[in-house]
Amino acid sequence: MTRRYSAWTLAKEGLRGHGGWQQAWRSPEPKSAYDAVIIGGGGHGLATAYYLAKNHGMRRVAVIEKAWLGGGNTGRNTTTIRSNYFYPESVALYDFALKLYEGLGRELNYNIMFSQRGVLTVAHSEGEMEIASRTVNAMQINGTDAELLTPAQAFDKAPLLNRDPRARYPVFGAVWQGRAGVARHDAVAWGYARAADGLGVDIIQDCEVTDFLVENGRCAGVETTRGTIRAGTVGLAVAGHSSVLAAKAGFRLPIQSYSLQAMVSEPVKPCLDTVVLYMGTGTYLFQSDKGEIVVGGGLDRVPSYAQRGNPPMQRTVLSGMLEMFPSFGQLKMLRQWAGNVDVVPDSSPLIGPSPLAGLYLNCGWGTGGFKSIPAGGWLLAHLMATGSHHAISRPFDLDRFVTGRLVDEAAGSGIAH
Amino acid sequence: MQLFTCPFCGPRDETEFQFATEAGKTRPEPAAEVSAERWAKYLYMKDNPKGPTREIWLHVTCGEFFALERDTVSHAVTGSMALGSDL
Repeated sequence: MTRRYSAWTLAKEGLRGHGGWQQAWRSPEPKSAYDAVIIGGGGHGLATAYYLAKNHGMRRVAVIEKAWLGGGNTGRNTTTIRSNYFYPESVALYDFALKLYEGLGRELNYNIMFSQRGVLTVAHSEGEMEIASRTVNAMQINGTDAELLTPAQAFDKAPLLNRDPRARYPVFGAVWQGRAGVARHDAVAWGYARAADGLGVDIIQDCEVTDFLVENGRCAGVETTRGTIRAGTVGLAVAGHSSVLAAKAGFRLPIQSYSLQAMVSEPVKPCLDTVVLYMGTGTYLFQSDKGEIVVGGGLDRVPSYAQRGNPPMQRTVLSGMLEMFPSFGQLKMLRQWAGNVDVVPDSSPLIGPSPLAGLYLNCGWGTGGFKSIPAGGWLLAHLMATGSHHAISRPFDLDRFVTGRLVDEAAGSGIAH
Repeated sequence: MQLFTCPFCGPRDETEFQFATEAGKTRPEPAAEVSAERWAKYLYMKDNPKGPTREIWLHVTCGEFFALERDTVSHAVTGSMALGSDL
């Protein structure tokens, strides 16, 4: 049985030399059949397993991961959580995730280090301020928090911002979402894994799905490197590799894979206590709890599965950082990495039944997968358990590409994924 | 910085190029008989392969579209050719 973490157990173990901690989850051998199988042991897959057990009472559930937990995009992002979107469908989805994040540490009994330090999106001209106020209005109408800030208020949130009146991108004001923030990405995966394991979910690592088992036109399970596993229902949550798995299942998706890179600097003293994004440079950054400046930006321009990132975008992102914070010119960068993300033409995710009956999709999150983990898991679990959409996931069905009812957030909120 | 080869201009910096789409797509005709499903397939559905691929790129500098054969994992470029009837 999973041992509960608390200040009391921490103090007790501290006195005993921390010898009494158990493994946070088991590593069982795969069984030959489950009621539900989820492909992909990242945040979304683990959250799906947790909500299948928690919300729908399913006990024979397995998560199949080709490598190790959270080793894909869950471990390769910049951990920002926000819901500053334009369309009601999008705000309903991302704000649902944000609300679940707000109670997640307590729910999972795992410290995910969720810090609601706010996101400041800076505008640089009268025209961009009009876009900013349109975004704020949309967010408020859709029921999430948003505020339009003056330059003085923006400088108050981030005192080191470039104040030079001749700056290429001067500060004209900003959109502020105070409930947004950052969380510890590994802890989100580990917290869901531990909680799902506690509810009886089998988490099977180092096991790659090689093919789908199809009987009478329906997905009846998966072939893996550790044998055949039959399943009543199958969920796909593999982020950047969705097209590769879809090809094995015999269909195509409206997805192009790109690299999204990020970097961290050496740790420095506390100097920035919010997340800052410039509309002009596309660069965003925040300071981690360890003191590192975490910097990210737009997608690489070359479709890729390489997980490393090309130098031109690295230069764009870093020159953006210097424009925003000239005082960071002396920072030394420590690490650079890239995740492999699914990009969909309307920059919104794909959640719903796949063309193969019995197989359900949770993919296409583009650059926004981490912040959506609790919602993606909740909604995929709903689909797998009931066979039908939750009201929040319905607009994100694959059928929107045939009906033309796209949720175009690239145009709506200017979010470039 | 990677160099891509434009069939008209020779090797140039990757930032001069823009990805357009996968090669091998044929626009369904005649328009009046094309169903919404078939049109959606043509517009949106992709192979998006991991490994060798054949794509249409634009050399922004000269304004020409061309076919580029490359690998989406290693980023190695194996061929660059003007568009012809084989596409």
